[in-house]
Amino acid sequence: MIKLLGVLIVILGFALKLDSILIIVAAMVVTALVGGIGFGGMLETLGSSFVANRGMAIFIITLLVTGTLERNGLRESAAKLISKVKGASAGAVISAYAVMRVIFAAFNVGFGGVAGFVRPVVLPMGLGAVKSKGFEPHEDHVEAIKGHGAGSENVTWFFGQVLFIGGSGALLVQSTLKNLGIESDLVYLSRVEIPVAIFATIVYIIYTMISDRKYMQQYYGSKPAAPVAAEGKEA
Amino acid sequence: MAGWFNAIGTWLSNPEVTLSSKLLELLFLVMGLVTGYVAFKNLLDKENPKRYGTFVFWITLAVVLAFGRFISPMVNGVLILIMALAAILRQVGVGKTEGVDPAYSQKMSDRFGYTIFIPTLAIGFSALAFALLTKLGALVGIGFGVLLAIIILMLMNRDNKPTTFLNDFTRMIGLIGPLSMLPMLLASLGAIFTKAGVGDVIAEYVGKVIPEGNVTVGLIVFALAMPLFTIIMGNAFAAITVITVGIGFPFVLQYVNNPTAIGMLALTCGYCGTLCTPMAANFNIVPVALLEMKDRFGVIKKQWIPAIFILIFQIIYMFIIK
Repeated sequence: MIKLLGVLIVILGFALKLDSILIIVAAMVVTALVGGIGFGGMLETLGSSFVANRGMAIFIITLLVTGTLERNGLRESAAKLISKVKGASAGAVISAYAVMRVIFAAFNVGFGGVAGFVRPVVLPMGLGAVKSKGFEPHEDHVEAIKGHGAGSENVTWFFGQVLFIGGSGALLVQSTLKNLGIESDLVYLSRVEIPVAIFATIVYIIYTMISDRKYMQQYYGSKPAAPVAAEGKEA
Repeated sequence: MAGWFNAIGTWLSNPEVTLSSKLLELLFLVMGLVTGYVAFKNLLDKENPKRYGTFVFWITLAVVLAFGRFISPMVNGVLILIMALAAILRQVGVGKTEGVDPAYSQKMSDRFGYTIFIPTLAIGFSALAFALLTKLGALVGIGFGVLLAIIILMLMNRDNKPTTFLNDFTRMIGLIGPLSMLPMLLASLGAIFTKAGVGDVIAEYVGKVIPEGNVTVGLIVFALAMPLFTIIMGNAFAAITVITVGIGFPFVLQYVNNPTAIGMLALTCGYCGTLCTPMAANFNIVPVALLEMKDRFGVIKKQWIPAIFILIFQIIYMFIIK
């Protein structure tokens, strides 16, 4: 029972939003002491495991080009690519972004996240799509476009990035399994996730399109068909 | 020191060490060198108020990355502990870095257009090609892809000099900061859990609820425990080390034909939890502020329904592939 003290530290520590590195080091020391490994044994296990897992630091080498790609217009060119769906609905803009993002996530490439891309590019394009139909975006709809923009960002990144061979998630799984005596292959670990990534992207797009259509009908009426019922709550 | 170089020399000339291992070690050496560059750049940067702590953090990481294989586990452990202490004591800061001028990147985008996607995608394609077509492995492929991307960027634009890459690198890695060591640290925590027998203890308790050998029940518990623990902890990476050792292995992985697929899918089951928790503040709460939303849970409200569908899909998929 006392051996679980380290697990308890991890759960409580993260739940209380303490410093991640502090939590992990504390859990290591406590587990080593109550688990009979001792402080010296902990240092040795930490040293050999950290070195054996240096592959997880592979992102460091990719950072050598990330910043310079942005300097050479990566974000602006990505914005140009999704602006091809201009004039469509807000849902279509977000869906186009989701498709583009999941593909690039599989290559471990992002466009600057919510701060760097959703806010400056996806959001104004989504709002522009509503305005281009002659409507002033309703505040609930604006809130929904923001939520779906951030949501598509997260969903496609999580499930797209696991397709990148040598991504940190698969490397962590590989090392966890290796400790248990199970060998695994990085290409296979990525391949297993392909159906999940496709499903996740499609589900998110369908969800976004249904939701966006609901807002369009609810707040702006379904065009000339029923202009009087525009104020109705049903959708 | 001389003996140390001898050890490296002996290892490099050992025909039994594969070319893949040697190239990977070369890649780690380059990673260590560029990280060391960041260390010294910060040490000399008088505008970084925490320049000594920042130096200690990056230089210890650089040494462990570059030479870890040739250092004893005990010394590595001490170096990593020093690295962690610099981070815990909040002595790691960011120095002066030059951001990208939006006018410049717009001009470059006008000039290169979609051509910029070539170096952007080079790394992923290279990783895939190396993994499938050579025996050198995906990680060496990533390293080669980065080299290729650098060459393409230098040919495309004469403004891209070696110092441009190093300065942009310093800026990017500064944004990640001490969290750079987190994946390796979590993996090591998993190793210590395993060594201390933490998994056996959890398995003993869980075993009182689910019968050992009942893979159907075990798989469902494993697939649900991942998002549940991720919701509490806010981090699927932290959850996977604990749950795989405590539930995944004793109740599922040792009985199925395809443990690697189940082990991997467990991680993405955890991601469904990440989509539903305010604990994952980076993904779910920070964007609320960035987008000036009214509802603090506005992002999570647009994620939890798809997350449930994706989780169900994965559980069914696990039963098919197991």
